[in-house]
Amino acid sequence: MANIDDYVARTEGTCGKEKDIIVIFKYEKKDEVIKKILQKAHLKKSIANVIFELTFKEFSFRLYGSGKAIFRSLKDKEELNSILSALLS
Amino acid sequence: MLDVYKIREDFPILKRKINGYPLIYFDNAATSQKPKQVVEALRDFYENHNANVHRAVHTLSQEASELYEDAHKEVANFINAKSMEEIVFLRGTTEAINLVAYSLGLHNLNSDDEILVSLMEHHSNIVPWEILSKFRGFKIKYVGLDNDGTLNFDSFQEMFSKKTKIVCVSHVSNVTGVVNDIKKIAKIAHEHGASVVVDGAQSVPHLPVNVESLDVDFLAFSGHKMLSPTGIGVLYGKHEILEKMTPFQGGGEMIKEVSISPTAHRCSVTWNDLPWKFEAGTPNVGGSVGLMEAVKYLKHVGMENVKAHEEMLTKRAMQCLSECEKVKIYGPRNVSAKCGIIPFGVEGLSSHDVALYLDNYGIMIRSGFHCAQPLHEMLKLDSSARASFYIYNTPEEISRFAEILKEIE
Repeated sequence: MANIDDYVARTEGTCGKEKDIIVIFKYEKKDEVIKKILQKAHLKKSIANVIFELTFKEFSFRLYGSGKAIFRSLKDKEELNSILSALLS
Repeated sequence: MLDVYKIREDFPILKRKINGYPLIYFDNAATSQKPKQVVEALRDFYENHNANVHRAVHTLSQEASELYEDAHKEVANFINAKSMEEIVFLRGTTEAINLVAYSLGLHNLNSDDEILVSLMEHHSNIVPWEILSKFRGFKIKYVGLDNDGTLNFDSFQEMFSKKTKIVCVSHVSNVTGVVNDIKKIAKIAHEHGASVVVDGAQSVPHLPVNVESLDVDFLAFSGHKMLSPTGIGVLYGKHEILEKMTPFQGGGEMIKEVSISPTAHRCSVTWNDLPWKFEAGTPNVGGSVGLMEAVKYLKHVGMENVKAHEEMLTKRAMQCLSECEKVKIYGPRNVSAKCGIIPFGVEGLSSHDVALYLDNYGIMIRSGFHCAQPLHEMLKLDSSARASFYIYNTPEEISRFAEILKEIE
């Protein structure tokens, strides 16, 4: 499994009714992260070639060309870490 | 009209590129960028004049005290307050409203009383009153809005009673940019014997504001939204009201005398004069110097010019965004009734999706509730994307912003 601290700069809870988590990947690693995630996850849709709507196992999330991602409906941070670890390994 | 291209030269940050694209900063309702004149004033203060203010006899302290007092005078002049005694420096709008809530409300509101709070308020003009009502038992009546987020005046007037003591309202909504008719609101409130507490965080940086003409009792605003550093804000209060109020916080600077009788276990305290009575502890002297320079900068540009420039940008943005098939603009469409703030949504995307999409192209906007969840609930929105403009934004940036949004298919 990957050490997610090598890839993740910070995580942020979103403000709004949707209680999602935004993951900001380290800028210098963003290309590597995008490549890894696009290889592992299933691409449902690409919007303007910047927003990638993806699924991985039973989870759906969106990845952005700037190296950020929004994960929806997660139980907690542990669940997020486990998905990230699997996606980035 | 202001020369936006000349103004931009004063803001080094605008030369930055984000993800390889020129920075377009449209998150001005959250905080503004700082001109080099403000940064230079801060540097000069800390390199040449830094000391604690008041009471020390040495030269540096006298210089720092003079600068600190000059900053109060500059702000008083900017909003047409009668004197610097009506200008209290605090951390920002939130602390200023908390001061009014605790200093005025804690001592004057009882279980028989009511206050009116509009539903368009930022949380900072709701939560302090909610906390205080738990202590004092007074009732908070929330003033409804029309479907486009403008204040419903009929509802507002109907809510007044003999029990109404305070009216809390934003001058400009931080979500919709709606400009409230504060003069009219103050007149109605005063006819009912109520005080008016105005959140001016989104108006003072963008419009000419004259407290005498508006006849408000309190006006709170933040420096950081008007080119100044963070951590410095202002509470304007009418002299006669501030004079009667008990301090919010106790400590150094805000007292004239503290005398303890150890045998009787009694302490007597004499408050300092206005405005120092409300400025407990060592103040943010550096921040006040930055704020003074920011005010000078805005005065030089001219607040009528600031208003006209933002109106032009808003009109253009409303036009460009209305041409984007998937974009829906929230709030009123009438540009003359609002400031340079546009809340919007994009079909099929959350507000955070929109903000992250634009971020990819170096365009900074806000997404979420913008600390105004009740307003979003009233408008039946889960959240909103928000673009907000200032003196350094250009029509070309607006066009670019709309072009990028149009690329969403």
